[in-house]
Amino acid sequence: VSSGINAEYGRPQEMRKLKCELGISEGADGSALVEQGYTKVLVSVFGPHECANRNTRNHERAIISCSYNLASFGSAIRKKKMNTDKKSTEVGVMIQNTFEAAVMLEKFPKSQIDIYVQVLQGDGGERCVAINATTLALINAGIPMKDYVCACAATVYQDSVLLDINNLEESSRGPLFMLAVMPRTDSIVQLQLDHRLHNDHLDKVVKETIQGCRDIQVLLDRQVKEWTVEAAAAYEIKPRV
Amino acid sequence: YQRRVRAPHKRTRVIASQDEDLEKHIVTPGDVITQNLDFMKSHGTMLGNDNISSTVAGAIHKVDKLVSVRSVSSRYRGEVGDIVVGRVTEVQQKKWKVDCGSRLDCQLQLSSVYLPGNVLRRKNLNDELMMREYFAEGDLICAEVSEVGNLDGMLKIHMRTHEKYGKLPEGVLIKVPSVLIKRSKLHFHRLPCNATVILGSNGFVWVGPHFVPDQPIEVVSMTLRETIARLVNVIKALVAYGVQLFDTIILTGYDISLKYKVKELLKSEVMEHIAQESYEHSQHQTL
Repeated sequence: VSSGINAEYGRPQEMRKLKCELGISEGADGSALVEQGYTKVLVSVFGPHECANRNTRNHERAIISCSYNLASFGSAIRKKKMNTDKKSTEVGVMIQNTFEAAVMLEKFPKSQIDIYVQVLQGDGGERCVAINATTLALINAGIPMKDYVCACAATVYQDSVLLDINNLEESSRGPLFMLAVMPRTDSIVQLQLDHRLHNDHLDKVVKETIQGCRDIQVLLDRQVKEWTVEAAAAYEIKPRV
Repeated sequence: YQRRVRAPHKRTRVIASQDEDLEKHIVTPGDVITQNLDFMKSHGTMLGNDNISSTVAGAIHKVDKLVSVRSVSSRYRGEVGDIVVGRVTEVQQKKWKVDCGSRLDCQLQLSSVYLPGNVLRRKNLNDELMMREYFAEGDLICAEVSEVGNLDGMLKIHMRTHEKYGKLPEGVLIKVPSVLIKRSKLHFHRLPCNATVILGSNGFVWVGPHFVPDQPIEVVSMTLRETIARLVNVIKALVAYGVQLFDTIILTGYDISLKYKVKELLKSEVMEHIAQESYEHSQHQTL
C-alpha cells in the first residue's frame, strides 16, 4: 500500500508507485530495473546460449538458471554474510519455476537462459518486484514468452485486503499472499503464502491480487511499448501489414 | 580538482522522419495480432485462445497468409554464406566449438580447415592430435557459415579460402547488435588508413592491422595503434546511435573524427556529432 497508508485511511487497494526501465545493463542480452515504492530490483538476462554443463543440458528444451541476490546495502541492517543463503536459493528456484511456465523453452533445445536478480533496495515485496523485473528483462532480451508474468502481494488487515505491502506492513503478523499471474488469461503461475490466511478471506484476496497483477501489467506494457517503438525506429524494423 | 562524471547518453533516433503508423503495429508478448486463424504462424507468434498472439516485442509482419513478429532484439540467427567472427571455446574430437553470439555455439569441423601453408588435404590422426596447435581455446577466428541445423539452429562454419579466413592476429573485438551489420558482398575491408575491419554478420567486429593468415605480422607501430583505437571509438559511436555499419560509413566517421583526440571520442556529445554527421553524409551519397 502506498507510503504506509493502511486500511484505516480508506485506500487499501492502492499500490505503490511503479517505475521501470529496460535495457539498463548494456553487457546483458536483456535487463530491467523496476521500482515499486522503495523496493528496487535489477534483473539481467543472458541467453539463450550454449549450455556449458553436460549434466543439466536438455535435448528438447532450454533450461533456466536463476540466481537471486539481496545486496548487502539493500536492507535496513547491512547484510554481513556475502555467500548465498538458503532463502536466496529458494527464491531463485521459485523464479525459475515461474518462468519455466511462461517462456517458450521448446524453441531453444540444448540452450540455457541465465537470470540474475539483484535486489538493490528491499522495502517489502522483493519477490514480486523481482518477477516483474524478470518479465521485462526477458522481453528486453527478445526471449519469446506466452504472456507477461506479473506478481503482486497482499495481506489482510481488519477484514480488508491490502495490496503491494511494504516492509512495515509485512512485519505485522498478518498473512503474506503472493500471486504471479499471466494477466491476459488470468492463469496463476505461482502462489506463495506465508503465515496463516483464513479461508473466509481467500476468495477476495485472490480476486484483488489478480486485479493488482492486471494493473501492473498495464504499467509495464506502457514502458515496453515505448521502448519497442524507439528501438524499432532506431534499428529500422518496419512493420508490414 | 574537477570531478568528471559522464552522464549516461540516451539513445536518440538519427532517422529524421518517424512513421506515424509504427505504434499501431507494435506488439508485446500476449498481445492479440488477429482473430483470423487462417494465417500461418511464423517467428514470434503463437496460438492463443481463439486468436494468434505475439510472443515477443516487435513489429507485425504480414505477407499473404504468413504472419510473424519481427523482434526488436534477438540473438544472431545465422544464414548460409554469412561471414562470422567467433571465439574458440572448446577443442573436441574432430571439431572446434566456436562462440559467435548465437543461441548455440558454432561447429568448425577439422575437415573444413586449411592447414598452415595453404594446404587442404584429408586430415589424419596426427592432425587430430595437433588441433590445439591450429586453434586453441580463446583464439579469435573468421569463418563462413556453411550450414544451419534444422532442428536446433546450430551453425556449422568453414574456411573457404586461405587469404581471408583463419585465426585473427592481435586486434580489437567489438560486440555490436547483429541487426546493425548491413548485409553486403564484402565483410572484410582493408581500409586505406592501414587497418583492416572485419564486419562479422553476427555482430562481432574485428579491427586490427593488415594481415595474411598464418604469416607473422610485425610489431604494430604506435600510429597504427592509434588508428585502430580511433576506428574502434568511431564504431562505438555509430552503434550507440543505432546507425547501420558498413565500410563507407566507418570511413566517413573516421574522417570526421580526425579533428578530435582519440580519447575525446568517448564523450557523448562527440559520439552524437559523429553519428549524426556520418548518417547524414551517407544519406546524401545514396541520393
